[in-house]
Amino acid sequence: MVTQNAPDSMFRTQEGLGLWEHRGKVAAVGVGHSLTSRRWDGKAETSVGANSITALRQAIADAGISPDEVDGIVLDPGTTTGAHWQEGDPIPMDVVNAFNPSSDPLDGIAKLSAEWILKNMPELTNVKFTMNGTGCMSKAIVVAAQAVGDGLTNNCLVLKGWHNLEGRYYQGGANAQQGRPGLAAISSLWGTPASYGTALQFAAYCRKYGKTHDMMAPFIINSRRNGLLFPEGFWAQNRPEGLTEEDYLAARWIAKPANLYDNDIPIMASAAYLFTTAERAKDMKQKPVYILNHVSSRTRARSLTPTLEEVEADTARTGRMLYEGAGITADDLSFENMYDGFTLFHQFHMEGLRYRGVQNGEALDFYQTDISIEGPNPVSPSGGNCGSGRTRFWMHTDSIQQIQQRAGARQITGVKAEIGVSGGPMPLGGDFTIWSSTPG
Amino acid sequence: MPKQAVVPDDFTKPYYDACNQGKLVIQNCKSCNILQHPPAPACRECNASDMEWKEVSGRGTIYEYGVIHDCPVASLQADQPFNVAVIMLDEDQGIQMYSHLPGVPADEVPVGSKVEVIFEETPNGQKVPEWKVVN
Repeated sequence: MVTQNAPDSMFRTQEGLGLWEHRGKVAAVGVGHSLTSRRWDGKAETSVGANSITALRQAIADAGISPDEVDGIVLDPGTTTGAHWQEGDPIPMDVVNAFNPSSDPLDGIAKLSAEWILKNMPELTNVKFTMNGTGCMSKAIVVAAQAVGDGLTNNCLVLKGWHNLEGRYYQGGANAQQGRPGLAAISSLWGTPASYGTALQFAAYCRKYGKTHDMMAPFIINSRRNGLLFPEGFWAQNRPEGLTEEDYLAARWIAKPANLYDNDIPIMASAAYLFTTAERAKDMKQKPVYILNHVSSRTRARSLTPTLEEVEADTARTGRMLYEGAGITADDLSFENMYDGFTLFHQFHMEGLRYRGVQNGEALDFYQTDISIEGPNPVSPSGGNCGSGRTRFWMHTDSIQQIQQRAGARQITGVKAEIGVSGGPMPLGGDFTIWSSTPG
Repeated sequence: MPKQAVVPDDFTKPYYDACNQGKLVIQNCKSCNILQHPPAPACRECNASDMEWKEVSGRGTIYEYGVIHDCPVASLQADQPFNVAVIMLDEDQGIQMYSHLPGVPADEVPVGSKVEVIFEETPNGQKVPEWKVVN
């Protein structure tokens, strides 16, 4: 069996499609997480494969079903945080042979296939459907939701795993060479780090609306605080350190106006969810969280990097698509958990949604108000990547747990968690989901 | 700034040959007459593959900039912090090019100013476009 990438037809990318045909008929029930770590220590039991098995087994147990009831898996086969296995580097055969390997020895170490999972989870005896949601958890969720709705699978595991190796982020490979191929040089010759494009958009945003970088501090502090209340998260598990305004303002620049805390810390972790039909979810162990809609942005920048104007147009379009297909308005949102890695684009997502009526250019002023989990306007209650490390899945886990009323110390209290939105990664090019306590 | 050497391939050779001749060319779709940069085998607007290289004036405007303090490219790290500005071409404000803006101190970029293309030699002799502020 070779798992295929999800076809374009599974993604809702246009306005005017009306209500999602499976609105309220698909639910998330189980959640599972591995432990987190900064980098891989080379042991089999901490590999991305092992972490993913842990997360999957937890999600199945959390949903309260038997593994032989699982009939589908959707995952992202890419697992890199930016650290790639260099060609010619020796493959740790002790790790490879600690598992049932697939045809690719790096499977389970620096990538992950559904085939590898099935070889190493013999309890999954009835999986008939596998598909790749390549990119990140946001995309895998969209693919799994559509697959369950379409009847391709009834009890579907959704998985995202990350590996992180020794060495500095993106500093190997072509960036360390003396020469650069012609096409790549057109965009890469000037030495921009990953956050540069977002920094540029943020600079244009501040210039257009008269805002300043220090206005981000309340968002950063709030995100780290929420992250420290996330027992599954990296900072909570490994370095339970809060952040102050002074910490944020004194942090070194990466690509000014993006500083260290505007960038996320690459880590290793896996997360998994169990999706099922609304009908089957009624009998499972946890409260169902119904999916009202999913949408995707496939907009590309006209040239080298998206402009502020392109970002604002596309996030607004994403907001309209989300509400149209879910049959809700911005007023129905209890909370927002849009992506934050990099923090400097979170406000674009928020403004596109018109969350709490926030218009373009107003989000940084909104950050100066009560955005805490105790207040009426919770912003990023998960804490996101800023609060728990670079996985792009905290926002989804938190959205499910908030609506299930089992987010623990992170549970929002100023408003009842009934409908939430999560998704990302980038403002241009992301996948987004509306979650609800009722089927609509 | 000690940029990496640039090694053109068959596809990008016309672009870089023009640089060596002191000319700036941008890919243009013959079908819908829209400039495209970075270049690609087909037009991103209409998917036509009938593309040409079109000489442009080499004049533009600084749209925005960032200051790089933690550069992933090894050869540039000794010069941190440095500017990377986005230039919008006069012919089409949707077409961007990056620039270190030689001679402009870090974080003192005059956004909105007019710029003109210059050509900078990389270590293997291949020239690449750079931009200078027009006073």
